[in-house]
Amino acid sequence: MLKLPIYLDNNATTPVDPRVLETMLPYFTNHFGNAASRNHPFGWEAEEAVDYAREQVAQLVGCDPKEIIFTSGATEADNLALKGVFEMYSSKGNHIITVTTEHKAVLDTCKHIEKLGGEVTYLDVEDDGLLDLSKLEAAIKPSTILIAVMYANNEIGVVQPVKEISAIAKKHGILFFTDATQAVGKIPVDVMKDGIDLMAFSAHKMYGPKGVGALYVRRKNPRVKVTAQIDGGGHERGMRSGTLNVPGIVGFGKACELCRLEMEENTKRITVLRNKLENELLQLEESYLNGNKDQRLPHVSNISFKYVEGEGLMMGFNKNIAVSSGSACTSASLEPSYVLKALGLGDDLAHSSLRFGLSRFTTEEEIDYTIQAVRETVLKLREMSPLWEMHKDGIDLTTVEWAHH
Amino acid sequence: MAYSDKVIDHYSNPKNVGTLDKSSKSVGTGLVGAPECGDVMRLQIEVDDATGVIKDAKFKTFGCGSAIASSSLATEWLKGKSVEEAGKIDNMDIVEELNLPPVKIHCSVLAEDAIKAAINDYRKKNGLEEVSFEDKRVH
Repeated sequence: MLKLPIYLDNNATTPVDPRVLETMLPYFTNHFGNAASRNHPFGWEAEEAVDYAREQVAQLVGCDPKEIIFTSGATEADNLALKGVFEMYSSKGNHIITVTTEHKAVLDTCKHIEKLGGEVTYLDVEDDGLLDLSKLEAAIKPSTILIAVMYANNEIGVVQPVKEISAIAKKHGILFFTDATQAVGKIPVDVMKDGIDLMAFSAHKMYGPKGVGALYVRRKNPRVKVTAQIDGGGHERGMRSGTLNVPGIVGFGKACELCRLEMEENTKRITVLRNKLENELLQLEESYLNGNKDQRLPHVSNISFKYVEGEGLMMGFNKNIAVSSGSACTSASLEPSYVLKALGLGDDLAHSSLRFGLSRFTTEEEIDYTIQAVRETVLKLREMSPLWEMHKDGIDLTTVEWAHH
Repeated sequence: MAYSDKVIDHYSNPKNVGTLDKSSKSVGTGLVGAPECGDVMRLQIEVDDATGVIKDAKFKTFGCGSAIASSSLATEWLKGKSVEEAGKIDNMDIVEELNLPPVKIHCSVLAEDAIKAAINDYRKKNGLEEVSFEDKRVH
């Protein structure tokens, strides 16, 4: 039986897997201790649970448990990595290289670092969303201390060539940091094989709870250090003070374990559903896939439906289907997605985009319903769209002189 | 952000979607907005030459639900009004009727601009001087 509403906004957040929740619950009530309380069983239990979770997390990404620093989420981990490296390695240089399609948690932190005297290069991506490695290498200077490139993009799902990027960083003796929030738990991520020095990720994008994430900080070849950005009791080897969120961390650990065990099977099933959704919707004329089709997360599809506006489109079904749009009609700036614009999409196509994000809980009935609803709404709105009418009359819209307002 | 019931109603059952004969002397067409801004409205009025009363109005809109609702409402209000009365429709009346939040006020401004552009197109076609309206553009 189809249950409404359907949730297809899993790049924003995922539901907590019931098995994760079940593992967490005792740590709110019976085992409520502070993991830093060294002198009684309540503290020991909590510490043991955190240690176990740390192993579960480390196992998913192929690192040593000691290399995991728990944080409140990926935004904090991004801040700690960028500001922490900038501060720690200030004697080596002040230049950071990043990419225009990064998440705001990275871009805004870089802007802050610029105010502190850092120099940041923001590289453009190619039309498919991928970074041109020769441009990356050309941007390196003697003062470069860090390359920060996300593993997979949150809007279009494009997966960057992380191994090649880390090889370039290594060759030049520069650290490599990746925001892997969208990738960890969805595709195989291995910090050793991928040559990653620092990596941010979050529980709530992989069926874990909100409010907990991690920064991986390499301890060998090279040994990486970050300056703490939150001072206090010296938790997490002095890199992140603050009482540990024990239930959250326990849930994060369980979520990582489930992803590790079920990723292959989930990916197979989700890819079939995603491709069905995508292929059916791309049958509509004047609809376009955004981002590289092959180097991409298995559960994401970002499509522009030309001549209809994204928010208006969502309104046709958003009581029953949750997706997100690159249109920003509600924001004060009225600017559409900067990620889609970075792909070279005109503002009109960026305004016309929808992002679909599937999960391990998505069913075929939900996909069938979504195909039908989106298709009907696109057709209905095109009948109402002056742009569609002009297009059908053979008018080239780029030659029209619009009354900009 | 939740939409008001009136916005949802106009969006779900838009009034007067369509196209009038642009070349007819009794039809005035206003096309405002731009695709890159995320809204384009085309509003048309058909004026009874004898009485000066708007006997039909049609719209097509590319934009969000509030933009569609603003133009749908505008066409409803236009029908039966004289051209002169039509020029007095204020965007704030649309805001009030549809209960638009502040971020959507520009949709109502666009609808008002479209009405005025349609009126002036009609006047121009009929050898009348274009009326200059107070500039309300918000962005």
